[in-house]
Amino acid sequence: MDMPTPNPEVLAKKARIVARLNEVLPPDAVISDEVEVRAYECDALTAYRCPPLAAVLPASTEEVAAVLKVCHAESVPVVPRGAGTSLAGGSMPTADSIILGVARMTEVIETDYENRFIRVQTGRTNLSVSGAVEADGFFYAPDPSSQLACAIAGNIAMNSGGAHCLKYGVTTNNLMGVTMVTMEGEVVEIGGAHLDTGGLDLLGVICGSEGQLGVVTEATLRILHKPEGARPVLMGFDSNEVAGQCVSDIIKAGILPVAIEFMDRPCIRATEAFAGAGYPDCEALLIVEVEGSDGEIDAQLERILAIARTHNPVELRESTSADESARIWLGRKSAFGAMGQINDYMCLDGTIPVSQLPYVLRRIGELSTDYGLDVGNVFHAGDGNMHPLILFDANKPGDLEKCEAFGADILRLCVEVGGCLTGEHGVGIEKRDLMVDQYLPEDLDIQMSVKDVFDPKWLLNPAKVFPLASSEARRMAAE
Amino acid sequence: MMTPSTEVELAEAVAGAQSALRIQGGGTRDIGAPVQGAVLSTTGLSGVSLYEPGALTLVAGAGTPLEEIEATLAAEGQRLAFEPMDHRALLGTAGTSTIGGVVAGNMSGPRRIQVGACRDSLLGVRFVDGAGRLLKNGGRVMKNVTGYDLVKLMAGSWGTLGVLTEVSLKVQAVPEAVGCVLINGLSDVDAAAAMSAALGSPYDVSGAAHAPSGVDRHPMTMIRIEGLEASVSYRAAKLAEALAKFGGEMSVERDADKVAAGWAWVRDVAVMQCGSGDVWRMSVKPSDGPKLVEKLRALHAGLHVLYDWGGGLVWVQVPEGTDVRSLSFEGHATLIRGSSKTRASLPVFQPEPAPLAALSQGLRAKFDPRGILNPGLMG
Repeated sequence: MDMPTPNPEVLAKKARIVARLNEVLPPDAVISDEVEVRAYECDALTAYRCPPLAAVLPASTEEVAAVLKVCHAESVPVVPRGAGTSLAGGSMPTADSIILGVARMTEVIETDYENRFIRVQTGRTNLSVSGAVEADGFFYAPDPSSQLACAIAGNIAMNSGGAHCLKYGVTTNNLMGVTMVTMEGEVVEIGGAHLDTGGLDLLGVICGSEGQLGVVTEATLRILHKPEGARPVLMGFDSNEVAGQCVSDIIKAGILPVAIEFMDRPCIRATEAFAGAGYPDCEALLIVEVEGSDGEIDAQLERILAIARTHNPVELRESTSADESARIWLGRKSAFGAMGQINDYMCLDGTIPVSQLPYVLRRIGELSTDYGLDVGNVFHAGDGNMHPLILFDANKPGDLEKCEAFGADILRLCVEVGGCLTGEHGVGIEKRDLMVDQYLPEDLDIQMSVKDVFDPKWLLNPAKVFPLASSEARRMAAE
Repeated sequence: MMTPSTEVELAEAVAGAQSALRIQGGGTRDIGAPVQGAVLSTTGLSGVSLYEPGALTLVAGAGTPLEEIEATLAAEGQRLAFEPMDHRALLGTAGTSTIGGVVAGNMSGPRRIQVGACRDSLLGVRFVDGAGRLLKNGGRVMKNVTGYDLVKLMAGSWGTLGVLTEVSLKVQAVPEAVGCVLINGLSDVDAAAAMSAALGSPYDVSGAAHAPSGVDRHPMTMIRIEGLEASVSYRAAKLAEALAKFGGEMSVERDADKVAAGWAWVRDVAVMQCGSGDVWRMSVKPSDGPKLVEKLRALHAGLHVLYDWGGGLVWVQVPEGTDVRSLSFEGHATLIRGSSKTRASLPVFQPEPAPLAALSQGLRAKFDPRGILNPGLMG
């Protein structure tokens, strides 16, 4: 993975930069020791690492502003970091950059049930946002699978999704306002407890901008009352096509489950060996979950099962208890762990139109044979967000490169059938160089011109999202 | 008037423009500061190019009539989730609304509180920027974080950042049943509390509105539920039970046509369609709505008011020239119907604090360097 050559001028003035950061932060908030900064050398895309020049852990919006003023004055690149769970390398540093971590900013600022929002500092983890309102019957809907660890800051940066976004939407649909610090160190308030904006939708473009437009320190999030209950049903089919058709028929029938999860045979086998959830041995498996009161759930499942029966399922398993529900989810939830047990894996995140599912799975199978690497597919089927897991051996020379080439082919396939490179993980460094497969140069130019407005010196997370060749002129001009 | 029939022609028209352009869809939403310039119409870019009911996605030219889209969807038992308002009666305009106009104004109706705004249903756009470049962002799939989300930025930019040529939308199934809990006789404050209780319940409310002076001139609070028949009956009963403590005379309407007519009345702000005066649309924290209205009433007795979005969307009809923003409040106010005098003297859109105004201005300068797309419309 190419990264820009570190700016020697920045490297040469490390001592001065650190001294200036120490002037504006408490002593324990600046980490500059060469060994200690290694804790920040990568995120969850662990194949790529680089220790930063230094890392800072401010505890307030004011401290973030102070840090950014110093970095702006010194022209030091800044890489914002939530909890470091990005699978795309979104918070991977360069040697000449400062990691700005929000991990110390975890407070709940305001909880308002009457108006259904919560305001938090963005270092708070996703799950602990729900945790703060759970006792009162409320929750925060977006639920990325890393929700135990991932921070709201990263959720906003990547516009994270989750298994239940079919009904509740992704981060951008649940974000009402932010406090953001610009690279110049100016604190701006956007949105709040009211809906929508009176002007241009700046909040909409900030969400998902991968930490390139500003550092979001506080967020107002929509909270909802929890449904009365939820129940999954498991269905097995003897082909991917039939399972795909069943998904389409459920949606066409006007039923909106909260989740429709799909697993293919390689994934089913791996999870069975690992977790023993008792899944049927079949080509494709769906888990469909619906919400409501018991009566409402019965009514919805009756329709869904009637549709499923028209597709000759090899298995239909209803849950009659919390324990059975947990067993239905067990295999799906351990899918990543199961694949990881077999070998190293790379998790992809492309999205496709649901109608293209059978074709795409067939092509992935063919590519798997060509590359000689196994792949299992788990999939948010309701919205077409795929997660192919490619197995490889990190210790085998050339295997990672082969795996990456296979992954790139799959993502190009997603684009070719009308989909996109990433549904919920973000571009980061991982998919940066594939952006030219989805967008023409002028489409990328207009996106980069948005960064020109927010961060004219291109100091915030500069080597991400856009292919280095596309962003080079701008990054150089700023230096 | 220029009415290009292809994206390329439209891009050429923008590239070749020597002076300001007034971007127009169906011309039914005459909102914003007046723009002088040659009219560039998108109505030549019409037609649904892709519709997959099983994937809940539709792609159409920006100039496609909204009615055509709604009819196409209805044939498959689907609809636009965000319930766009029809402004014609309120603004006294004629013509046919286009989907591009709906998106350009981010037109979101009562269901906004449940399913999000128009921008939340918008999956992708194609547009021509002020330099005449044909650009795209987003796509036709429901989950997409590939690059910056300019889709949201284009929604509600009123043609000032680019001329939309094509939009992709997420659509929704029409529910099997609908019901509306009606409460007659509540004060604004009690109505806001009742709506808040309904929206804070597990019953998935899809509309919460209050008219201090309803169709029969009595205060009327409306709570809508949609879904399977069994769900609607159950939830309507549960809500009626939970809301009884707020007083008033309660009933449950289950006639789908009557419920639809009632919500169209709210959506299109029918209570302000007659009479003179300016009409403002204000978005506030729901519990602030009644407080704001009380202050306005102290200044102007006999004010027409309508609350939607559980109290967070406040429509007011005030004497011509009234600056509702002189009452300081958190949120934003937009002048939807105003005399030419009001439109010339007061900002139609909420003025932004300086740092945000600078960012918005910076974006306009990048998207429309010559300042020819609806210049000044948003202030």
